Amino acid sequence: MAEKEIILQIKDLSKQYRLGVVGTGTISHDLNRWWHKIRGKEDPYLKIGEKNARTTVGNSKYVWALKEVSFNVEKGEVLGIIGKNGAGKSTLLKLLSKVTTPTTGTIRSRGRIASLLEVGTGFHPELTGKENIFLNGAILGMTKAEIKTKFDEIVEFAGVQRYVNTPVKRYSSGMKVRLAFAVAAHLEPEILVVDEVLAVGDAEFQKKAIGKMQDIAKGEGRTVLFVSHDMTNIQNLCTKSILLENGMMVMHGETEEVIKRYLQGSEETYVKSLKAHENRKKGRQEIMQKVTIGDGSSKVISGQDLKINVELNLTSLEEFSIGYLFKNEKGQVLMASNTMQYGTKLYPKSGKNAIAIVIKNLPLAPASYSLSLFVGNGKFDIDIIEDAITFPVFWEHEHILPPAKKWGSTFGITLWEY
Amino acid sequence: MNKPQENNTWLFEISPKSSLFDFKFKEIWRYRDLLLLFVRRDVVTLYKQTVLGPLWYLIQPLLTSVIFTLVFNGIADISTGTVNAFLFNLAGITIWNYFAECLKATSDTFKKNENIFGKVYFPRVIMPLSITVSNLLKLGIQICIFIAFYVYFSLSDKAGSVSMYILWTPVIIFIMGLLGLGLGMIISSMVTKYRDLTFLVQFGIQLFMYVSAVMYPIAIVQEKLPSYVSWIVEYNPLAHVIESFRYMVFSGAYMENPTNDFSILNILLMLGISFIVFLFGLIIFNRTERNFIDTV
Repeated sequence: MAEKEIILQIKDLSKQYRLGVVGTGTISHDLNRWWHKIRGKEDPYLKIGEKNARTTVGNSKYVWALKEVSFNVEKGEVLGIIGKNGAGKSTLLKLLSKVTTPTTGTIRSRGRIASLLEVGTGFHPELTGKENIFLNGAILGMTKAEIKTKFDEIVEFAGVQRYVNTPVKRYSSGMKVRLAFAVAAHLEPEILVVDEVLAVGDAEFQKKAIGKMQDIAKGEGRTVLFVSHDMTNIQNLCTKSILLENGMMVMHGETEEVIKRYLQGSEETYVKSLKAHENRKKGRQEIMQKVTIGDGSSKVISGQDLKINVELNLTSLEEFSIGYLFKNEKGQVLMASNTMQYGTKLYPKSGKNAIAIVIKNLPLAPASYSLSLFVGNGKFDIDIIEDAITFPVFWEHEHILPPAKKWGSTFGITLWEY
Repeated sequence: MNKPQENNTWLFEISPKSSLFDFKFKEIWRYRDLLLLFVRRDVVTLYKQTVLGPLWYLIQPLLTSVIFTLVFNGIADISTGTVNAFLFNLAGITIWNYFAECLKATSDTFKKNENIFGKVYFPRVIMPLSITVSNLLKLGIQICIFIAFYVYFSLSDKAGSVSMYILWTPVIIFIMGLLGLGLGMIISSMVTKYRDLTFLVQFGIQLFMYVSAVMYPIAIVQEKLPSYVSWIVEYNPLAHVIESFRYMVFSGAYMENPTNDFSILNILLMLGISFIVFLFGLIIFNRTERNFIDTV
């Protein structure tokens, strides 16, 4: 390992963001602020109570989106970057692709870096497929000559041979994505940065895209930094991974171990405070206080009973109802229910109120799911938190293999009577 | 972990600091294909637009010129010598429009391209540069109309005569483009901080036109207005560029007493000024491009 060449060196990389207080963005606002100031009045645009729930520094105006991250990438390595939303993955990629500059620290590279952040940037609807291939390729850093030599390959890979001279505005969205990915995949930088592109396109194309990624990584010996929420892809593609949490790198090692650590999660994975939750519907009462999945620390297993504990503050209510809703990673609603459906009437008790929602034989396939919660007063909803908590579901049936991804998000234990 | 091999050379380094005068000309040169493709895109999409799109570039200068003729020559009675007043105004407007279009289009570079700038890196300056180049097409269209009217009016001898200095036209256009680009880059950097500046730009360009000798010769200002007002025009580099252009095409026939006061030194001076504006704009632009995505 030591004799391999280091192609990318990241050292003490930090990026600081300022929470929106300083500039209001318009001259008139700034003039108004100045006018208030000379009369000794308060700043009319000062925002109070701006919080970033994901940061450890609570009452500071600054947020470290990335803090003192250091790691090296060897030539030919495929490095996975794992982390929850807001952990700093995108910031890291933005810094790597030079979209913005770091606050401190350095990135040193021995090769060109090209990024595949959300493909299709710069497509112009009026231009033909051919013209867009050239334009998009050039935006991504290729020269015209380079694109020319790769042109046929790109068109073939995207499968749009018939529509090369058709304006892109007549393409289906799938075709656009395929074309965009094809251009980007045929880039020839020494280091390729990929962010979640595989989440698009149909199953067949996704397979093709992953295959291409594997070729790039393994066959052509190029270095790839790969960000995804899909652990299957990370596992398939990456030899090593890093795990980001709240802007800090908490782990760097073999992919399998990093994924394990990520899925176990921090204490936030199974227990979450719902006070001042960012997804709470505006203007609603803060009834729900805390949610605990299972016992708060053990894994959730597919097909077993799942207990969800919700702490409530019901002082203002005479009667209440509660409901839940599961969504998969694509945001599709999978299952939901509420106490009204069962005709159950609930009345607040004195002291601390908590309700346990027990779902028998959880019919969710292993993946990550979000849980939304609703509390009503018996007539209408008074507290709504969409995606209150997101947690993974695991598979642990000894004699049954886990369902394939394309079989969907739900499953039922099936008997084969013959 | 691995020890970094400090002695080896790195291809590049990204760090928080960079030199103020790092213009990255080398990088811009490497992306020259992108510049050409952007220009191509602008040209092709202009051509693919509806009929009224390209037609607008004909209507706008012609109508403006007609109104200027009515107001400034008809009502205010500004003399244009033996040159037809409409043609005189058209000359000024044609060359002014190139500057104004470049300035207007480049001044919201950052805001307009926020989406693409937020995702991929390329030298941002490619964007305003390509705008300046592709605006040459519109200028070309307008020059063609101007030539058509010039020929028409010269049949009745109302167009003066073309001077030898006409060969300097490319330099004049270059100065206008460079000034528009430079100012546009400065403004586009400020727009990232103050969004309402865009409205001021529209208004400012209009005001600026009235002090840039677009619809009157500089000599008239000196003659009719007191010196504490006329200096605005006299020291306005754009006024001199426009005046030079008119001198070139009409050989000064629009003046009361045509003199041979076309000065090459003057043009070179304007060239110098526009270079300074451009470099200043580039410095500010490069500063802004580093972190603007955090503030937009």
